[in-house]
Amino acid sequence: MSLHPTTPEFKQNAHVALHDAELQKALGHVQGGFIYKRQSAVDRLPEFEVLRDSARDLKDHVLAHLDLYLEMYEARVRASGGHIHFARNANEANKIIVDICKAHDAKTVTKGKSMVSEEIGLNDAIEAAGMKAVETDLGEYIIQLRHETPSHIIAPAVHLTKEQVEREFRREHTHLPKDRDLSQPVQLLTEARGVLREKFLAADVGITGANFLIAETGTSIIVTNEGNGDLTQSLPKVHVVIASIEKIVPTLEDASLLMRVLARSATGQDMSVYTTLSTGPRRAEDPDGPAHYHVVLVDNGRSSMLGGEFEDMLRCIRCGACMNHCPVYHAVGGHAYGWVYPGPMGAVLTPSLIGVDKGGHLPNASTFCGRCESVCPVKIPLPKLMRHWREREFERHLTPAVQRFGLGVWAYFARRPALYRPLTSLAMKALSLLAGEKGRFAKLPLASGWTQYRDLPAPSGQTFQSQWRARQKERSR
Amino acid sequence: MSARDDVFANIRRSLGVTGKEATRRGIVAARLQEPSRGPIPARGQGSPAAKMATFITEAQRVSATVVVLEHAAAVPAEVARYLRESNLPLQVRIGADVRLTQLDWHGAGMTTLDGASAGADLSAVSHAFAGVAETGSLIVLSGPDNPVTLNFLPDNHIIVLSAADLFGDLESVWAKLRRDLGKGVMPRTVNIITGPSRSADIEQTLLLGAHGPRRLHILITLD
Repeated sequence: MSLHPTTPEFKQNAHVALHDAELQKALGHVQGGFIYKRQSAVDRLPEFEVLRDSARDLKDHVLAHLDLYLEMYEARVRASGGHIHFARNANEANKIIVDICKAHDAKTVTKGKSMVSEEIGLNDAIEAAGMKAVETDLGEYIIQLRHETPSHIIAPAVHLTKEQVEREFRREHTHLPKDRDLSQPVQLLTEARGVLREKFLAADVGITGANFLIAETGTSIIVTNEGNGDLTQSLPKVHVVIASIEKIVPTLEDASLLMRVLARSATGQDMSVYTTLSTGPRRAEDPDGPAHYHVVLVDNGRSSMLGGEFEDMLRCIRCGACMNHCPVYHAVGGHAYGWVYPGPMGAVLTPSLIGVDKGGHLPNASTFCGRCESVCPVKIPLPKLMRHWREREFERHLTPAVQRFGLGVWAYFARRPALYRPLTSLAMKALSLLAGEKGRFAKLPLASGWTQYRDLPAPSGQTFQSQWRARQKERSR
Repeated sequence: MSARDDVFANIRRSLGVTGKEATRRGIVAARLQEPSRGPIPARGQGSPAAKMATFITEAQRVSATVVVLEHAAAVPAEVARYLRESNLPLQVRIGADVRLTQLDWHGAGMTTLDGASAGADLSAVSHAFAGVAETGSLIVLSGPDNPVTLNFLPDNHIIVLSAADLFGDLESVWAKLRRDLGKGVMPRTVNIITGPSRSADIEQTLLLGAHGPRRLHILITLD
């Protein structure tokens, strides 16, 4: 599913989303909850802004020395008895993981939440090889039952109401009494806990992602609230970590710095419940833990983003704050973006990873209000990066012909001020007169894309430049 | 070229480096040798008493319960009280940590099971390696002393923390880890635990008791 983005159909997706009543009800939970919780956590920590600057600087330092930190990390993983694999792309990563599962005769594979595994379509690859992949994060479990991709990078099922979850559980958990009460979220949670506990205990391989990788010690870190990532990696005999190459940090101290901004930006918690540092397989004397430890490092287009105008995007620590604060995301939800990464971070990352020809619509789906950048824990200039994509799209002639024609006409006059000024002045006056007392247009030729949904406010009759000149004259008096 | 070599070559091409530059290598070696601390929030700092007060406040904020005991010898009686109050059987699973095994559990009317959990235990007791005042977090190291399955499978997790091991921030815990285990040496798993397990995946309603323990009870011992 993840390998077949519907991103090129963004406009149609958004249209459908805006008319989906259940989705709109569910999206109501994003706006209130996340924004308020983040702000409360930030208010409780006077050092938060300084921490954001330090987090940005740390990630920039890592990216500038990525090859060397990766070499050190690789050596440390081996020294602790783990195996490390590199994958250039999705297919290579899937093959490596499927081969590990096959080598251990796996039947059931449990999975912690991992966005990069969504990116490469890992579940499909595991199922295609005849094994069962079970998502164990509650939200991921729900969307797996529905054969959907996550609609949010930290709250995968945020697009669903509890009634929809109840319907899925009744359809799937047929071994449970039909007349059971599932009207409350707590009953749904308890049922999932019971069902998934069996899967945890039966699994042969556990796959988790990684929030950070530590070069100093060869450690992978996951952050969860449910504890599913821990049962996933502690019970089976094999633990596989899948991570993208930019997750690396130098030391335990550096990981601690990023933890301070991650949970606050994501869910408004000071710390997530479980932060787990895993290094190698179980030791000889250990009574539990996995006997085998593998790390699969995925590039999939990231190394090409280094040193270029989109390098800043590699600072992203996947907190989801940008989408939580995005008016476009609030309106259409995550699925409209058509691939695994929605919201502002998706609008920048998706064209980088699947190509601007397929992902070019996304950077246009922005009001450029700047809230995403203002809440980003690593200060990624998301609006600027979206503008870069718009420029690329234009350069590569991917912008629609009508839009290009309009821009061409405007540019012709804009370069000739002697023509531009009198013409715009005339147009402003004409529009102002035509609009009359109401001061707005309900319909306007060539502007139906706007007026179909709302009125177009009419100009007041003066251009900006003429108003500016008048004001300057006023001042010089 | 192998995938590994290709990935490295591509990174270096993009960065415009060879990977052999002495300055870059020097910067990385220095940073790994001498870890650099970011800004440390003032919240967790202060006198031992202030740290203790902050730890308790923060742990309670994330729905853990906390009891302070004068002596470690009082742990079994407190555990028995907690279990009785919750109408739970007086049985806990513990690892081989002598700080736990040397206690008189029988005297408090309790029975203990040892080793890893297979999922049937209602309650387990672990001993923390350290605590962090800033966030009310506990650090538990895996191994025979405190098997990792005890942290996640039982419904009720009880963690004992010596007051002497309470620090203001995570950075101080890493310093202790390097002192106690050696630089660069890690146990298989380091668990940082901040409250009992929870999920807000259904309509953003926060609920306790997702996949891990439903309840977390912390005993701080002063001696």
